[in-house]
Order: sequence, then C-alpha cells, then structure tokens
Amino acid sequence: MGKLSKMVSIISLIGAFYAPSAFAAGSSVTVMGSTALQPLAEQAAKTFMEKKPEARVLVQGGGSGTGLTQVAQGGADIGNSDIFAEEKADINAKQLVDHKVCVVGFATAVNPKVTVTSLTQQQLIDIFSGKVTNWKEVGGNDQKIVIINRPKSSGTRATFKKYALKGTEEASGLSLTEDSSGTVRKTIAETPGAVGYLALSYIDSSIKALEFNGVAATVANITDGKYPVWSYEHMYTKGEPAGVAKEFLEYMMGPEVQGKLVAALGYIPVSEMKTSR
Amino acid sequence: MPDLTPSGQSILRSARGSSHFLRETLGRYYATLCGDLIILLTVTMVAFITVKGLAAFTGPHPLSPLKFLFSSHWQPDADPGEGGPQFGTLAFILGSVSVSGLAVLLAAPLAVAASILISVIAPRAGENFFRPVLELFTGIPSVVYGWVGLSLLVPFIRNQFGGLGFSLLAGGLVLALMILPTITTLATDALQNLPDSLLEGSYALGATRWQTIHRILLPAARPRILIGVTLGMTRAFGEALAVQMVIGNSVRLPDSLLNPMSTITSVITMDMGNTVKGSAWNNALWSMSLLLLAITFGFIVIIKRLGPQDTKNGNHF
Repeated sequence: MGKLSKMVSIISLIGAFYAPSAFAAGSSVTVMGSTALQPLAEQAAKTFMEKKPEARVLVQGGGSGTGLTQVAQGGADIGNSDIFAEEKADINAKQLVDHKVCVVGFATAVNPKVTVTSLTQQQLIDIFSGKVTNWKEVGGNDQKIVIINRPKSSGTRATFKKYALKGTEEASGLSLTEDSSGTVRKTIAETPGAVGYLALSYIDSSIKALEFNGVAATVANITDGKYPVWSYEHMYTKGEPAGVAKEFLEYMMGPEVQGKLVAALGYIPVSEMKTSR
Repeated sequence: MPDLTPSGQSILRSARGSSHFLRETLGRYYATLCGDLIILLTVTMVAFITVKGLAAFTGPHPLSPLKFLFSSHWQPDADPGEGGPQFGTLAFILGSVSVSGLAVLLAAPLAVAASILISVIAPRAGENFFRPVLELFTGIPSVVYGWVGLSLLVPFIRNQFGGLGFSLLAGGLVLALMILPTITTLATDALQNLPDSLLEGSYALGATRWQTIHRILLPAARPRILIGVTLGMTRAFGEALAVQMVIGNSVRLPDSLLNPMSTITSVITMDMGNTVKGSAWNNALWSMSLLLLAITFGFIVIIKRLGPQDTKNGNHF
C-alpha cells in the first residue's frame, strides 16, 4: 500500500495547508479602493495587526470606483472612496454605510520647469477643456501644455473635476491617462509642460503644486474653507460592519490613527474641519 | 489504513496484484477525465464571455453593433443631458491593430534573420548560446517590459523625436521586443525541421549558402514561419499591461507614430474594476472582451489554415 498511503498523506498535507487559512477567513478583512487613501489604510492596518495578531487586514488599491463597486458587490469588506457613494452611477448607495475617516486635499501639479505658480479657476478650466494649449497664454513660457489624466474610475479625478473644474469634462484629445497617483507624479516630473492633479499625500519635491485662485493647498487653508478642492475619505461597508471590520473601523476613528497617523501622512482629521459638506 | 474495511483492503491487494488495472484502466480514465475537463473549461469560458459580451446589444437600451464597431465616440459616463453614454470602440480597435501590426513589422524580419543565423549559419553557437538567451527572454514578465519601456524608451523617444514619448511607436517597440523570441523560436524550429536532403541537394547543384537559404530553405519553411508570425501577432494583440504603461491611453484615432492612443486591452484593464456589474459600461467592456476573443480566434483559424498546407509541403519533398 505504499503508493496509496503516500497519496493519502499528500492529500492530508494539502488539507492541513488549507485548513488554517479557511479558519482564518472569519477574522480577515479586505479593504479596497481609493489610491489617495491607500497609504493611510496600509499604515493603519499594519499597526492594527500588531495590536491584534490574529486579525488579518488586506489593503488594496484600484481606485475609488473600484472600491465602491467591489464593496457593493461583496468583493471587499470595506470600500475606500474619495467620493460619496451617491455620486457614482449604478451603485445602490442605500445599502452602503459611510464612515468618514479623514479629509484629503488635492492640488494642481505641474512639471517643476513650468514658471506659472498660480492659476485661476477659469484658467484651469480652459486648460483642461483644451481651450488653452500653451503655457504662455496663462503667463508662462512658450511651452505646450500636456495634460496627465487619471482614468474615469479615479476619485481624485472626480473630485478635481467637481470642485476645481466646476464639472467641466476634460478634453481627451492629446492628454495622457495614467493608472495610479504614483505614475501620474512620475510622468509630470519627467514630461516638459505637464499638468495633472494629485492628492496632497503624493506631493513632493519632484513636482510643483500650484495655487488655486491665489490660495495655496495647505492644511490651514483647507480647514478654514478657503481652498475648495478637497474631499472626505470614506470607508464604506455593506450594511453595518461586524466582527474584525467593525474593530478595524473603530481603530481608524480612534485616537491612535486620528491623533497621529492621519496628520503624519498628509491627511486632515475630520474633527479639525471648520467647514463641512 | 485503519479506516479501510476488510473488503476494501482485499480490493486494494488485488489491485496491486493486477498492475494492469492501475496502469491501463485507471490511467486511461484519468487521462480522459483531464482531457474532458480542459475541453469543458474552454467551452464554458467561451460561452460565458459570449453571453456576457452580447448583453450590451440586448436589453432595454441596446447598443447598436454598428456604432460599437465603427464609431470612435467613447464617452461611457456622459450624462443623459450630454447625449448619454457613448460606446464607440473604433479608436481602440484601430489602436490594437496598428500597435500589434507595427510590432510584427519590426519583429518579423529580425526574427527570421536571427533564425537563419541559429539554424543554418552558426548552428553550434545558436544551440548553445542564442537559443537559451531567447528562452530567457520569453520568461520575462510583461510588467518588466512595460517598466523598462516607461523608464528608458519613453524619455528616449521624447528627446529624439519630440512629442510626449508615450506613443504608438513606444508601444510597438515594447511589443516587438516581447514577440521577437516567439517568432524566432518558431522560425528556427521550422528551418531545423526541414529534411537535410534539401540542403544537401542544393549544395550538390552548386548553389552558394546564401542561394540555398533564400531560394530553397526559406520558401520551404515559409508556412511554418508564417505560423510563428501569426502567433506573435496574437500575443501582441492580447498583451495589455506592457502596452498600457507606454502608450498614453488617449481616446483618439491613431494618426501618428508619435501620438498617444489606446488599445482594446488597455481600456478593459483600466476600467474593469470600476464598473458595476450589469451597467451599460460594464457590458460594453464585456463586448470588447468578446471582440478580442473573436479576433484571436480569427488568428487561430489562420494558423490552422497554414498548418495542413505545411505538412503537404513536407511530404512533397
């Protein structure tokens, strides 16, 4: 019975391999969506799991649209989004429960060689709708404007379009579309005359953030309501959360994340906002 | 095995005794089962994609197949006030065709020349050096090709030729690199599988090596080389990630080598997770998958057509 017992032992080995993961499935939570919220969600999941080693919190990107779609369809336990579920077409927003974990600002970002430092809302609209195609028309050098877009699933794009462009549809002509905030930053930094939009958590020295109507995208200006291009970062659950998902969301709203992590990673606690939406 | 009943044990003992049962019957049933499973998987996959892909053309707001194929107006999230969502995919179809066409144009001549080197001109170095290197090439994941393209090729094109760098040319070059090993390997096999009598006969008639290669060997191996080219084209057509990273993903008809554009696959990967099951946008993406499947089937039909002709030629010599 050599062969047969070998087979049985292999099968039981495979079984032993799968059993713990099936057991752990009860205490594991999938968090998916917005890449603007992803750095905070990842960091919070890491510290959460250090405190509670038996729990597993998996954080994935994909964009706000993906987060909303997947949480509504049951593909994720928590869906991260920069936009309200009501703003996304085809989603049954009534079954989703909103948890606002923080606020994030978005800035117009340009290649560092662009000499312009501030744009009015109208100039921004003209640029993104394709009416203005050269930086010299808005006070810069003689350099063609290259628009770097995010895909339509992006919450950054939706927020920027709504609050900075007054809902104007971007021209699709010669603009580039990049899949994630990280690639947008890389492309803006390397492409002469490039302009795009990024969450403040992605702004660094490789690119230049522009003022909007003469107001800089700073935490103070956002909390005072002077700088309008910001959004709540939502974590949606389908129905009221339970089990580990509930514990993780409580941890997200607790003093450890709200008091330290949120500000450290470039986000703003909801409690500091003097204005609301 | 304490859990086995006495009769079970006796069956096993007799099975071990009659190794015929294990080797023949059991083996045959196992092989049949696996074969059937693969066929079942293929059929259900195709059926699933077909059903999903046709959903956009039925239902309360059916999409016109003509508009889907021949309009380049892609506005999947437009409000009803702005004319409603538009799902014209012509720009992506032409994008896919031009980028994979460019890749084959660039890769095929190189691949055939390399296969001549490996199989005829320098067979020993070919077997020991070139072939292993090529096999290594096929193992590189497409995201690596895309990343290299994004980091090296895009800035190079921007600096040398102008434009944005993200372009049809960048996509074509990355794909050409990716399909080069496929075509070369198949073309080399084609040349090596020719009967030696062809080569010997040609030399005996006093032909030079070059005359032998381009008058005798290449025409004889042509059908199999064409299969390699078609397989390369199929791979190029279906590749998503590497192309998406360097092509710029603008919704526009391909009009210049240096302008950005989109392909069918890049649009599917960008919007896949974002769209809600059953929505018009999601259905349109499924229809694009079906279209992709249909085009790939077309390529496979071409390969099958080339196949039998090849064996006939082989028998002829």
